[in-house]
Amino acid sequence: MLDNISFEIEKGSFTGVIGPNGSGKTTLFKGLTGELKIQASEMVLNQTDYFSINLRQKAQRLAIVTQNTEVTDITVEDYVLMGRIPYRSNFQFFESQQDYDIAHKYMNLTNVYRFKDKLMSELSGGEQQLAAIARALTQEPELLLLDEATSHLDIMHQVEILNLIQQLNEELNLTVLMIIHDLNLASEYCDYLVMMNKGGIYTKGKPEDVLNYQNIEQVYKTVVYTRENPMSKKPAIFLVSRKVQDRVKKQV
Amino acid sequence: MNRERKRSLKYIYRSQITIHHSLESMKKKYINWGIYLLVLMALLVGSVLLSLTVGEVKFTLFDLREIIQNKDGLEYTVLSKIRFPRIILGLAVGGSLSLAGVILQGIYRNPLVEPYTLGISGGAALGVAITIVFGLHLTLGAFMLPLSGFVGSLVIIFLVYFLGIRRSNFNINNMLLIGVMISFMASSTMMFLMSTTTSENLHSIVFWIMGSLDEPNLMLVKTVFYASLSGLVIAFLFSRSLNALRLGQARAKHLGINTGFAIRVLFVVASLLTGICVSVAGVIGFVGLVIPHMLRLIVGSDFRILLISSFLGGSTFIILCDVVARTIISPNELPIGVITGMVGGLVFIIVLSRSKLKSKIQ
Repeated sequence: MLDNISFEIEKGSFTGVIGPNGSGKTTLFKGLTGELKIQASEMVLNQTDYFSINLRQKAQRLAIVTQNTEVTDITVEDYVLMGRIPYRSNFQFFESQQDYDIAHKYMNLTNVYRFKDKLMSELSGGEQQLAAIARALTQEPELLLLDEATSHLDIMHQVEILNLIQQLNEELNLTVLMIIHDLNLASEYCDYLVMMNKGGIYTKGKPEDVLNYQNIEQVYKTVVYTRENPMSKKPAIFLVSRKVQDRVKKQV
Repeated sequence: MNRERKRSLKYIYRSQITIHHSLESMKKKYINWGIYLLVLMALLVGSVLLSLTVGEVKFTLFDLREIIQNKDGLEYTVLSKIRFPRIILGLAVGGSLSLAGVILQGIYRNPLVEPYTLGISGGAALGVAITIVFGLHLTLGAFMLPLSGFVGSLVIIFLVYFLGIRRSNFNINNMLLIGVMISFMASSTMMFLMSTTTSENLHSIVFWIMGSLDEPNLMLVKTVFYASLSGLVIAFLFSRSLNALRLGQARAKHLGINTGFAIRVLFVVASLLTGICVSVAGVIGFVGLVIPHMLRLIVGSDFRILLISSFLGGSTFIILCDVVARTIISPNELPIGVITGMVGGLVFIIVLSRSKLKSKIQ
């Protein structure tokens, strides 16, 4: 159950949703994608009332990339083409050439075109996430949701995917809403952050305003040390182990 | 970073470089599908012709034309009254069972599910066993056997549906478990009946379960045939949903598919097809499990091609198995279930081990 959730994101912005496990981030996304029913008073997506559109229209307007892509015996090309499913009517059984063109365009964009005839199960975790992003872009959404899409990847793939998302956000003016656990990555990449706690919004704003040690200690119940990243001028968060905390306390 | 990435996304986004390739790979896919369908059709036609000519009374292919023109001859009666209905029934039953297998494997996302997993065959067998034990088919007529089989399977379908998937937010694995449990209960009840009845009745029950394509009632043959075709059409209408369901229920929803509705309809279609087939032809095993897997290895997992090719493949397989069952110990006849199990299992093991070998070499 989520309560009293209210926030706006601007078209073309890159927003991060942060908060501890169980704070309701994924539930929020399930509400957005239509998996769970919402009893909100108002929800508007680009001037359209969200409650007036059906599942298929929703899938044309927002796409989601989740943490794990279900690994199946589908070729990458067929998988990416699935992004066109919301655009085909019930009686249109075959993809048109336009569907193929769009899928191929985004496969090039995400650099998975080289794997197009491989099976999804043959790709590494990072490559699968890139294919999932290509599939999501093939849905040509107004809003791209990322649900911990990089959490299980190594730093190279995390940065590769987030750079790509940032580039898409800037160059194609794609609106991105992303759940992310790594506060440093959230600070580095997002323009705007929504911090959730216990099924509600704790605070929201620019990374500089949200990611201070008071907020983080309050929400995550964890002692941290924050400083400005000298390169990007964004806040950087350092974790402090209990041993070090004890030592510092003794010195004080 | 690699060279491809260095280009600006804007450039790739606007470029036309991919158009040529996309047309090519689209054509390639559809041409492949066409070839698969043509080959499977040819195999089906071949097996129908083989089944028409082989048997106790043998014809050659060239005789067929003459026989059809001479409507009073014995050969014509053999063809039209015995062999042709048998072929139609085989076509419909084989097609339906492997179609039901494909559908159920698709909605449960479980490769081990087959049409009989949910106890539909158990229910049909139980219905027939009750009829035989109480002698209803002797007092009310032979039609009681398929009727009671169908009623038995309907009861099971209703039970699984209402216990498993009526709620708006159902768990697909729970539904499978409920089906398996109901199946166990039905088979235990049947064992109870079999252990308490006379040995003559026991013989009839066992013989019915083993299955046969010998069905004298032409109405029933027609019903099964039309049911199988409409099942294929309905399933194909849901091919988009089945394809999306390959990613799981939640992800299919993200693609705009009303998964609850699709799963319900497909479940009912698959189980009705199974119930009809079992009540007319008995429990012919293995078709619903083996044929979908074999064709998945060949044509891939896209349901648009998989549904149709499984139907054709299942039909061909059953017709060929029936030819073997009729001829191997002629003039006697083996139960077709014996042949489908043996041949199907053997061929499947060979195909599976070969395909593993191939992927290792590559």
